[in-house]
Parts: sequence; C-alpha cells; structure tokens
Amino acid sequence: MGIDIKIPIGLMFTIFGLLLTVYGFFTRLDATLYKPSLGINVNLWSGLGMLVLGVVMLALALKSRKSKPS
Amino acid sequence: MNSGFALSWIDYSVMLIYFAFVLGIGWALKRYMKDANAFLEAGRSMPAWVAGLAFISTNLGALEVMGMTGSGVKYGMLTTHFYWVGAIPAMVFLALFMMPFYYGSKARSVPEYLKLRYDEKTRGLNAILFAVMTILASGISMYALAILMEKVLGWNFHLSLILSAAIVLAYTYLGGLSSAIYNEVLQFFIIVVGLLPIVILSLKDVGGWHGLQQSLAPIVSSKGFAPDTWTTTWKYTGAAKSNPLGVEWYGIFAGLGFVLSFGYWCTNFLIVQRAMSAKSTTAARNTPLIGAIPKMFIPFLIIVPGIVALVLMNTPGKGFSLPLNAAGQPIYDYTIIMLLRQYLPAGVLGLGITALLASFMSGMAGNVSAFNTVWTYDIYQSYIRPTTKDKASDDKHYLFVGRMATIFGVLVSIAAAYLASLFGNIMDFLQTIFSMINAPLFAVIFLGMFWKRATGHAAFTGLLAGFFIALLHHGLTFPEGANTMVKGGWIAHLHAYPVEMAQNFWTAIFACSTSAVVTIVLSFMTAQKKSDNELKGLVYSLTPKFNEEAVPWYSRSTTLAIIVLTLVSILTILFW
Repeated sequence: MGIDIKIPIGLMFTIFGLLLTVYGFFTRLDATLYKPSLGINVNLWSGLGMLVLGVVMLALALKSRKSKPS
Repeated sequence: MNSGFALSWIDYSVMLIYFAFVLGIGWALKRYMKDANAFLEAGRSMPAWVAGLAFISTNLGALEVMGMTGSGVKYGMLTTHFYWVGAIPAMVFLALFMMPFYYGSKARSVPEYLKLRYDEKTRGLNAILFAVMTILASGISMYALAILMEKVLGWNFHLSLILSAAIVLAYTYLGGLSSAIYNEVLQFFIIVVGLLPIVILSLKDVGGWHGLQQSLAPIVSSKGFAPDTWTTTWKYTGAAKSNPLGVEWYGIFAGLGFVLSFGYWCTNFLIVQRAMSAKSTTAARNTPLIGAIPKMFIPFLIIVPGIVALVLMNTPGKGFSLPLNAAGQPIYDYTIIMLLRQYLPAGVLGLGITALLASFMSGMAGNVSAFNTVWTYDIYQSYIRPTTKDKASDDKHYLFVGRMATIFGVLVSIAAAYLASLFGNIMDFLQTIFSMINAPLFAVIFLGMFWKRATGHAAFTGLLAGFFIALLHHGLTFPEGANTMVKGGWIAHLHAYPVEMAQNFWTAIFACSTSAVVTIVLSFMTAQKKSDNELKGLVYSLTPKFNEEAVPWYSRSTTLAIIVLTLVSILTILFW
C-alpha cells in the first residue's frame, strides 16, 4: 500500500535530532538542567544519535525509490 | 502529588511533532481505503520487515512496558523468561509451522480459520470472546495510561483519556490496518530511542552491570535469596522457594514456555493479523522471525532499568522511591516513569514520555484494528448481513461497517476505561480470564493444524472444557497472602501457591491439557464432517509441503529461524 514508511520515520527523527541537538547546544552550560543525567548532556547526544538515524532512514528510502522502476 | 515534575515547552514540542506524524500517516493512507480488504487486511501487501516490527510493536503496549519494568524490580532477570523461553520459541513455531496454514488458507482472521477448519459454532464462540476481550483490554490500557499521567504528570485524567483515544481513532479510522501497522513501526523506533537514555544513565549510575551485581547482593540476600538471584535466569530454578517467581524450571518451561506463550503468540489474532497482512507466504512466515530479533533484546530496554530501580530504592542518597497505593505497597508499574523522572532533563524527558504514549497507542491501535476485522467478517458478515451477489456494493458496505466498528470499538474502550476506574480489581480479573481463554484455544488450533481427525464438535467442547477447568483450578487454589476473591480460592482453599505467577502458570497448564484431552477423545467419538479435500491447506498432512527453493538461502524462513534460535541460546547462556 502506497507509502514508504522509511520517509516519515526519517523525517521525524531528523526533526527530533535537529531540535534536541540545538537545544542541547544552547543549554550545555546549564549544570542544574543536567544534574539528574549525571552531568551528561543527554539532549546533545540523543539529538545527534537521532539525526544519524533520521538521515540513514531517508537515505535508505531514497535508495529504494531509485532502484524501483517507476 | 509529585510537584516539580512539570514539562517544558521543548517536551511538549517533541510530543506535538509525534502526534502530527502519527496523524499524517493516517491521512496519507486515506486515499487507498477503497474497500473492506484494504481497510481491514491492509490489502495483504506489507513487506516482511514492516509487518515484523509491527508484530512486536503492537505487543509492546503501555501495560507491557510498565508491567515488565515493574517485574524487573520484583523478579530481576528471571523476567526474561517471558522473552527468551516464552515469546521467542513461540514466534519461531508460529512462523515455521503455523503461518503457512493461517496465510495459505486465505482466512481473514483466526476465528475464520476455525470456521474453515472446524465449524461455525467454534468460530462464533471464539469471535465473540475475542471481540469482547480485545475491547476491554484496550479500555484497561487506556485507563492505566490516563491514571499514570494524572498521578505523575498531573494531567487531567479525562483529558488524557479522551485525547489519546481520539488520536488512535483518527488514524485507524482514516487508514485502517495499514495505518495501524505503519504507525506501529514508527512507534517501535520511538519506544526504543525514547527509553534508551534511561538504560544507559541508570546503568552508569550504579557502575555498569558489574556494579549492579555488587549493589544488588546485600539487598537480595536480605530478601532471603542467593545474592545473584536478580541477575541470573535459570540458576535458581531448581526449587520454587529459591527464586522470586516461585516456580521450578519445569513449571517455567511448561507453563510459560509452552502453554502461555504459545497460547498468546500463536493464536491471538491481534498478533497473527500483522503476519497475515504480509505480501506473500514467505513474507508472512518471516514476519514473526524478523520481529523475534529485536524482541529478544527488549529485556535490556525495559527489564534492566527495573533491576537498577531496586538498587535505587534501597540507596537512601539517590532519593528514588515508588508511589504507594492505598494499602501502603509500592506501585511497581510506575517504575518506568519514576526512572524517566529520576534521570532525564527537559528535552529527552519529552521524548521518554512520548515513548510511553507511543507504546500505549501501538497497543490500543492493535486492539482496535483486530476488533474491527473480527466484528466485520466474523460477526457482522456471518450472522447479520451475509455477502450478496453485488460485489461492488458489498465492498463499500463492509468498508463502512469496518469504519463504524472502529468508532464503536474506541467508544466502548473509553467506557471500559471508566469501568476500570470504578473497580480497581477489574484489571487483574480480566487478565486472569484472558489467560483462561487463550490456553485452550492453542490446544484446539494446534490439533486442528496437525491432526486431520479432530472434529468440530470436539473442538467446541474442548474449548469450553478447558475454560471451565481453568475457572475451577482458579477457584480452588490461591496465591499465599491473597486478600481478594479475584486472585482465586473462591470455591475452596485446596492448594496455596507461593506467588500469583505460579498459580497463573498452572492454571494455563491444566486448561490446555484438559482442552487437548477432551478434543482428542471426542474426536474419536464423533464423525469428521469435513472431507479431505475441504481440509486441504488447513491441515499439515493434507497440504503440499511449502517449497522454499525459489527463495535465496539468506531470506529463507529456516535460515532466519536458525539465526534467531542461536542468538537466543547465546543470550540464555550469557545470563544463565
């Protein structure tokens, strides 16, 4: 049925990734915010991880679109 | 009750983006919903990996996530038995031996398989029980989610209940089963990504796996168990008293590994429906196998943080405690959200809450999409309005009925959620009833697939007999310290089990064996009304063997099954 689910997954994680990476970057000096997470900037790291996941999904979607004769 | 746990704008942004995508997927699929087949069966067009992830995602509902983390606190790594000896072997069995019949018979649902294999009354019994139980189950998980959000986040109970139901209704109404399945794949990724930070942070907090073992030792010893009981799986199952599950290895093996898991994974239409939506027989067989690979690692995502929580609860400096219920007992089901609260700052916190919402939605959409199919095909089309000669108008009509069933299902779920909020015990009660229905069903379907002599009258009686024996066993036994009739012992106190889990296992074992014995004996006493030709494609001995030679070796079901079983054996040995 007509949609490639990799595209919405890719898009959503790219948006999440950008959002949290930027948020993590601007809050990197906020020690109170990152006290619960043992001083680790989890927003930045999760953001980067999700960005990678999102981009890989989109790349896979692009690849399967190219290989399929339309 | 827990002040200072307010979410910030960034958390709400993450949640809103998620809602937008979930609804967007439903919207994008709307134009494909031209007939009942597209709406209720996803047009049998799903690739195996999509169906496979949906297969485990629909089971990864809110109650599963909350319950398994809670079980991590109560039973430690022994909880992994639900996965490694429970779900995985059952999924492999379903894939290799049962999917060819479910898929190849062209049945559109599990009850319809029973109709083709046995007779109308067996189908009717199963369809009606399934429809009722599925909708109640969906209402209960809705209640669990709304009460969690109210108690921990301070959200309005009614608002979160109605809002979450409205979103699920919107996307299943628009895009039917396809929408439920595609969203389950998306939700699967969110659940993993959203919960991963607490796994890493909580383990780091206690000094890794090794640190966890060391900190657990004194806590576990004070409970009267060997110091490494919480971080091992089979080591202390020699005697029921030496492990917190209260069951010996053979009880785990037969009750959980065989009866409960096979009963759930191989006969529950909610699950089987995902594999039935696959695009070919090979894809349908591969669906549970592809799902099994991530499934076996889910314990690290949801059970391990629960084990860490036990250490945190017993370390005063950590400031971690679980909310208490009216009786002053900790509410173990809230472990996961208390961990989110413990470790996550604004930002990833929103992602973690979104993961819980996603798990709730995947579970509920699964229930709703299974309900509308059984209602439309097995109840409405069979007993209320059979098909006519005009196929085009039939297609339109059943699509309409399917859509209405979706709305009806969600409304009854909401009613069930309010019912659950009135009677606290209804959740335990229904879970008990559900396991009583599933175990006999497995015996009947199994015999139907592998023994051509099994007859309709025998199967019908077998189902009922299994159910009544389960009720009887439940009425005569009780878990030690039980203070309510819902837990058992409402006829007499014949036998006491150390814990409730043990009672559940044995109820299922008795139910399944009774059902099997009754079905076999009565099959010999009654005549087989179905000819061999009618049973072709439904019974093992009368169906041509499925030939995999055309499929490349790496995507054959047997290859995948060997990989799955090898991996799960390695995990079992590592955590013995």
